[in-house]
Amino acid sequence: MYNNILQSIDNIAIWPVISFVIFFLFFLCLLWYVFTADKEFINEMKQMPLNDGVTNSNTPINLP
Amino acid sequence: MELERFSYDNKVVKAFIIATVVFGLVGMLVGLTAAIQLFYPIFNFDTQYTTFGRIRPLHTNAVIFAFVGNAMFASIYYSMQRLLKARMFSDTLSWIHFWGWQLIILAAAISLPLGMTTSKEYAELEWPIDIAITIIWVVFGWNMIGTIIKRRERHMYVAIWFYLATFITVAVLHLVNSYEIPVNFFKSYSGYAGVQDALVQWWYGHNAVAFFLTTPYLGMMYYFLPKAANRPVYSYKLSIIHFWSLIFIYIWAGPHHLLYTSLPDWAQSLGVVFSIMLIAPSWGGMLNGLMTLRGAWDRVREEPVLKFMVVAVTAYGMVTLEGPLLSLKNVNAIAHFTDWIVAHVHVGGLGWNGFLIFGILYWMVPRMWDTKLYSTKLANLHFWLGTLGIIFYALPMYVSGVVQSLMWKEFNPEGFLVYKNFLETTVQILPLHMLRAFGGALYLTGAIIMTYNLIKTAYAGKFIPNEAAEAAPLTKIYHAPNSGGWHHRVLEHKPILFTVLSLVAILIGGVIEMVPTFLIKSNVPTIASVKPYSPLELHGRDIYIREGCVNCHTQMVRPFRSETERYGEYSKAGEYVYDHPFLWGSKRTGPDLQRTSGKYSNAWHYNHLLAPDAVSTGSIMPPYPWLFEQVIDKEQTAKKITALRRVGVPYAEGYEATANDDLDAQAKGITDNLKADGIDVMPDAEIVAVIAYLQRLGRDIKAEKTADSNTTNKN
Repeated sequence: MYNNILQSIDNIAIWPVISFVIFFLFFLCLLWYVFTADKEFINEMKQMPLNDGVTNSNTPINLP
Repeated sequence: MELERFSYDNKVVKAFIIATVVFGLVGMLVGLTAAIQLFYPIFNFDTQYTTFGRIRPLHTNAVIFAFVGNAMFASIYYSMQRLLKARMFSDTLSWIHFWGWQLIILAAAISLPLGMTTSKEYAELEWPIDIAITIIWVVFGWNMIGTIIKRRERHMYVAIWFYLATFITVAVLHLVNSYEIPVNFFKSYSGYAGVQDALVQWWYGHNAVAFFLTTPYLGMMYYFLPKAANRPVYSYKLSIIHFWSLIFIYIWAGPHHLLYTSLPDWAQSLGVVFSIMLIAPSWGGMLNGLMTLRGAWDRVREEPVLKFMVVAVTAYGMVTLEGPLLSLKNVNAIAHFTDWIVAHVHVGGLGWNGFLIFGILYWMVPRMWDTKLYSTKLANLHFWLGTLGIIFYALPMYVSGVVQSLMWKEFNPEGFLVYKNFLETTVQILPLHMLRAFGGALYLTGAIIMTYNLIKTAYAGKFIPNEAAEAAPLTKIYHAPNSGGWHHRVLEHKPILFTVLSLVAILIGGVIEMVPTFLIKSNVPTIASVKPYSPLELHGRDIYIREGCVNCHTQMVRPFRSETERYGEYSKAGEYVYDHPFLWGSKRTGPDLQRTSGKYSNAWHYNHLLAPDAVSTGSIMPPYPWLFEQVIDKEQTAKKITALRRVGVPYAEGYEATANDDLDAQAKGITDNLKADGIDVMPDAEIVAVIAYLQRLGRDIKAEKTADSNTTNKN
């Protein structure tokens, strides 16, 4: 039954192909984006939660 | 450069914290009440406003939108200011957001017990409240993006990305799923019908879990876990991969809620594949959280905040492994419609969301009141009560789910169902339901102890309404250092570009999933005998929706022999073309009703709804005496017909003027039939409409079969 439904849509086969291509490209870009990242920048980002600029709280501000 | 002095707004955070605790207790108490009703039905207090069908959505809405929602806002307002080194964009917007959200919760708490519901899970609230949610959500986003724009920190930490993705995606989900046509101020019909309604609803339902219960909480994990552990996150690179792959993959997985239903097969398979892939980013995130504690595990032994967080992250890991496994068709065939799913969501809700909230509250409150936690001992007691509560909740529900499934599917050597009567399963699992309620009670007790502990902490300290801070302002012109990572700096200091990219990422999955399903609209095999509901049946259906029958009864016979033997022919997509909204349900506390027509007499339904236990001994269904006293509002008939015509149901032009004549005629047929059995009933009593609706369920398909066999005979 489903075959009939699907076959009656024009160019249905393009949908899974589009999905796959988008998916594949997306992850290639993501991996490139992460692996070429600047180390110093990553370290700077990592420290962000621990450095909140608070001046009067008893919260200890820790730097490594 | 000169440092700017400013302050962080703690007042609105405090307000959200109070709301979190209050609504947490209320939501859990309602949940406990609903749990008790499942083995002790009289616990509905014999009023229509507190039956299981009405308070189950109250419980889910309270814990999701009031408890988890308020905790999310408290944490976002706290962490966002500190991560961006800026006070929130506008205090006024913060307070509009706070009070608006609480009013929405109040409206939900009133309207759901009154039976005003769309019946779509986690989107039950009626259209005026939907509009209010939209407005308040925009206020929240406006305030958030405004803060990002006036920030003093050039780059956005990964937690902020999660918050932004939450804002964008929830907005899209809410708008698409809430497409409904009002009948009056308190009632609307979904703009989608049947299969499409189901697909949109579960695309929404699944992603509400993803973007309301998961992404903001991951952002919170990435901020509060490093804070509590006093060390940076294990791998920032992993958190980037975690973010993008999670938001990209999550959005595709919704159809796994509809396996073996009438949804087209390709959509089901797409949902399964993406669900399995979700294990990777989820576990990446979980490991990133746990590894943050490397070298600090000794502190986990002493620090209740870390204990709660470790269990929360572990529960996240367990649920995100279990979810994909449940989406495998062979596992789903066993688990779907059973208590297994209830166990699954509660490991997520109680473990991941609940415990992360408790950890964050124990961390934030002493700091905001500039003091120490009143009692570490009580916090530890809370931790153990909560953990035992989760175990006592989840284990019996897992066992119960498997028992249900095995009993539903058991055949004897002659090929007949061993437990033909659905009630045999219901009675069998009652002790497990009692244990589950015990688990819930333990968890609630822990939360009460926390409330006491937090109040004592607040009284011991002094609240800091505005926490002083200083940071250098951003320079207008920014030159990124000329190193290899330039593209990061480009993306992560451009919030608008970033938001647009997140939107694109989530839209791709949604569009590819939806478009073909909407294209086949005209191609769903039409079944000639399927006709729109009669006016009386329509009233009956709306009462069915009002009473929340869908919370316990499905209308979806899956294509398994165990189901076709028990209920009748399996469900077809073409049967639901006039169902606005669809009422497939997601849980079988009682039997499926899709093939009810003609199974029982009108008198049976009459007696059964009046006193279920008297007709089916041991039934845990509550009685519905008010259906016999309340009358149908016939003035609404025309409006209902008109609204449904607007969403495509082919009622003839002008039919609304004469619809009530048909209604009266059909009601007379039923009352006459009841009279023959010695039952006197008002023709416009609600029970008559409900009987009409129940006798309609599946009748079209049976009519088609009769027509077919007649044709064959003639040939």
